[in-house]
Amino acid sequence: MEILLFLSSGLFLGWSLGANDAANVFGTAVGTRMVKFRSAAIVCSLFIILGATISGSGAAHTLGRLGAVNTLAGSFTVALAAALATFWMTRLKMPVSTSQAIVGAIVGWNLYSDSVTDGSSLTRITVTWVVCPLITGVVAVVLFILMKWWINVSKPHLLRLDFLTRLGLLIVGAFGSYSLGANNIANVMGVFLPDNPFGDLSFFGVVTLSGAQQLFLLGAVAIAVGVFTYSERVMGTVGGGVARLSPLAALVVVLSQSITLFLFASERLEYFLASHGLPTFPLVPVSSSQAVIGAIVGLSLFKGMGIRYRVLGKISLGWVATPLLAGGIAFILLFFMDNVFDQEVSRAVHYRFDAQVAAELSRRGIEDPGLVRFHDQSITNAVSMKKDLEKFTDLNDKQVATVMDLAFVGRWNIDPGVIGREVDTHWLTSGQMAALWSLAGQDYEHAWQFRQALEAESEEWRERPRSTVNKIWNKELGKKWSFLKLVFQVGERAPAGP
Amino acid sequence: MPLFKTNRSVEAKIDAFFDTVAEGGLVFRNGVLTYLAGDTPDFENTIVSIGKLESQADKLSQEVEAHLYSHSLIPEHRGDVLGLLENTDNIIDTAKSCLNQFSVEKPAVPDQFHEGYRKLADAGCEAAEAVIVSGRAFFKDVNSVKDNLFKVHHFEREADGISDRLKRSIFASNLELAHKIQLRYFALNVEMVSDRAKEVADRLAIYSIKRTI
Repeated sequence: MEILLFLSSGLFLGWSLGANDAANVFGTAVGTRMVKFRSAAIVCSLFIILGATISGSGAAHTLGRLGAVNTLAGSFTVALAAALATFWMTRLKMPVSTSQAIVGAIVGWNLYSDSVTDGSSLTRITVTWVVCPLITGVVAVVLFILMKWWINVSKPHLLRLDFLTRLGLLIVGAFGSYSLGANNIANVMGVFLPDNPFGDLSFFGVVTLSGAQQLFLLGAVAIAVGVFTYSERVMGTVGGGVARLSPLAALVVVLSQSITLFLFASERLEYFLASHGLPTFPLVPVSSSQAVIGAIVGLSLFKGMGIRYRVLGKISLGWVATPLLAGGIAFILLFFMDNVFDQEVSRAVHYRFDAQVAAELSRRGIEDPGLVRFHDQSITNAVSMKKDLEKFTDLNDKQVATVMDLAFVGRWNIDPGVIGREVDTHWLTSGQMAALWSLAGQDYEHAWQFRQALEAESEEWRERPRSTVNKIWNKELGKKWSFLKLVFQVGERAPAGP
Repeated sequence: MPLFKTNRSVEAKIDAFFDTVAEGGLVFRNGVLTYLAGDTPDFENTIVSIGKLESQADKLSQEVEAHLYSHSLIPEHRGDVLGLLENTDNIIDTAKSCLNQFSVEKPAVPDQFHEGYRKLADAGCEAAEAVIVSGRAFFKDVNSVKDNLFKVHHFEREADGISDRLKRSIFASNLELAHKIQLRYFALNVEMVSDRAKEVADRLAIYSIKRTI
């Protein structure tokens, strides 16, 4: 019963996400009256549900951002804080990034639980605010020029152009909704997967829905309800609040948003280009919420159309305020959950510099005279440990992170039952599965020992030399490893990261 | 795709509408010419023809309007398109009404004024034809709309001049005042076709600016 209560904040987060992010895919179409809100909501909801249940429910997607939070009550509170921040912005009709709200809420949890915050995630958010709208704005202008040229050359009838624009808006919107469901469902529901209350459900023995699929379906339905009940407000801002758009401009906006996300955020495209010896696009952090506004502003500036700078200023403030607000709300709610409702919102993490850690550090070439003072010490506060490492050693940030990762103490038991039940044989290669099975029954105190054992058993668990072509393999390997680290850990969870 | 098919049928209806109005212009000119020639049966035939064309144009424009509204098509330009169709329809309405007045009042037009009425009807017909070309371009090639609009203004100015000279020569003649007033009224009526074409041209000039991406 407790899980259902905790699940409610995930559903609320899903609802908020639907209410806010649907505007990124259908805001311009509805704002220009090319697609009725009702039609947009139906298509959007349908494709969100399809995306979440078909592409979002694989094992690779169970690792949502909230995986960093190591108790269920903590996840509940962080999700609630992110949902409240997004909901607040939605009430103000501001298009914001739900992912950034989640990261902000996690930082709030980090501060409350004395966990270390990954500085790169904050840098990524700041870069996204500036770089993403700039790139999308330029893409929108290029696309607009191309489209104008095509119209001048092919001279389509006004009604045919209207039909093609409408069709384009629906198709791009449907794809966008599918991606929205596939990419965000893990953030909404992933963290609740280990405590999933649903069992397998069979419909007349023909179709069987696994517990995970039911959980993800529930999350997707929550997103869809958000789209239906509350997304019209933000759609108004995106579709006509910043600048008045023509239907064709509306199509250019959503197309340029999709193209930017595809060209500058797709590792698969980078891999494809690199493996064919072609130049690649630099990968930059992008967000659909920021991309859509960048495209509208870029296009309006190019066409010399009026921009409502006041609305634009409010939106920019909303972007900055969202993670801050989410972090602040998370911190306050965690305090209440911890002290008033007596819930365990975080678990203490333990670090120990034993001989094995020292040997591994030496093997990796991380040596510093200052590390001697940590030998055989047990530390339970990540933040103070990081500060001490920075104070007493000359290690760089990356080396400090490695030291902390190696010193983390937990228990990883390779339970054969868990292998059979939790590990998706389609996701792991046969070599990787064989290596895992060969470790059945083993116990490890440090996660890296588990990893080294896997690497020793199969080269398919080893990272490949760093190159653009190998990037996607190494990233996928990282996901698989994070998954194993999570499912085989007994007791407290390991912090997120390698 | 059903919507694509119905779109095609609306495109065909818009084309048919412009064809009907353009034909109405030709029938109007023919009607004035046959009236001046005193060919009563032919003139009465033109009255019947223009009546049919006017009903057909009304029906087509109503069908197009209904389709645009019921399917919420071209939201950005729907008002402009409806305005364009209604104003273009006014050209054939005016032409029909003018020929009807000839049929009702049967004014006696002295030979010396025939040339003036003929030229006036020609200018009206040419202005209507030019505006129809621009109207079609509004749907297919908006950049070429203005290429024909100057022709409409040219024929309308020409009609103004012809009408002015005709009215002056009417009032300079020795006819009865009542007769003069009646002939002036008919000069005004024939001239009105080019005025209606100019009204459409003025709207088209604005609509075509709006119809940029």
